[in-house]
Amino acid sequence: MTASIEQLLRDAFPDARQLDVTDRTGGGDHFHVTVVSPRFNALPLVDQHRLVYDALAAPLDDGTIHELRITTRGDT
Amino acid sequence: MSELRDRIQETIDREPVVAFVKGTHEQAFCGNSERAMQALRAVGAPFTAVDVLPDPAIRQELSALSSWPTIPQIFVRGELIGGADIVQELAASGELETTLDAKLGDGWREGEERTIALTDATPNQFRIVS
Repeated sequence: MTASIEQLLRDAFPDARQLDVTDRTGGGDHFHVTVVSPRFNALPLVDQHRLVYDALAAPLDDGTIHELRITTRGDT
Repeated sequence: MSELRDRIQETIDREPVVAFVKGTHEQAFCGNSERAMQALRAVGAPFTAVDVLPDPAIRQELSALSSWPTIPQIFVRGELIGGADIVQELAASGELETTLDAKLGDGWREGEERTIALTDATPNQFRIVS
């Protein structure tokens, strides 16, 4: 699951400078994702996180991701 | 727009700081809801909690309004500030206090934490549950 989340994020943020997916509990449904991308530059954190939620909409909707922590940064 | 969605919107518009959580201000049933409330406490911000658990429709309507898929959701003066990660990050960096100063002016530290319910079952629109 970690790999498929990472792939979804790579597709959504092809220019990401950093992209990490951590399975926080080892159970395959609690994840922490970190994305550093110039796409976030000048965007409020709320909108940065919305882009991550959009990228992961499918696994969030079907319950594959039970809990998601997000860290985002622009690349300036 | 549904009646429930109207009531959620009214709550967001009325309360200076409102946290939609799983549980109450006294007992969160979700680690993220607890983290968000702790972050608000860390800067001394009283907040009004709304428990989304009594009715799944609350969460559906809230997310439809806010375009934010997860719980918790923290609003200041009608604007979505974020979920647990953002509120925690803003509290740690000092930006949360700056935001509260800017949106609420002096005096946002005054007030009490409380939880209100958005149930149809009570005669009063807003019932203090704890």
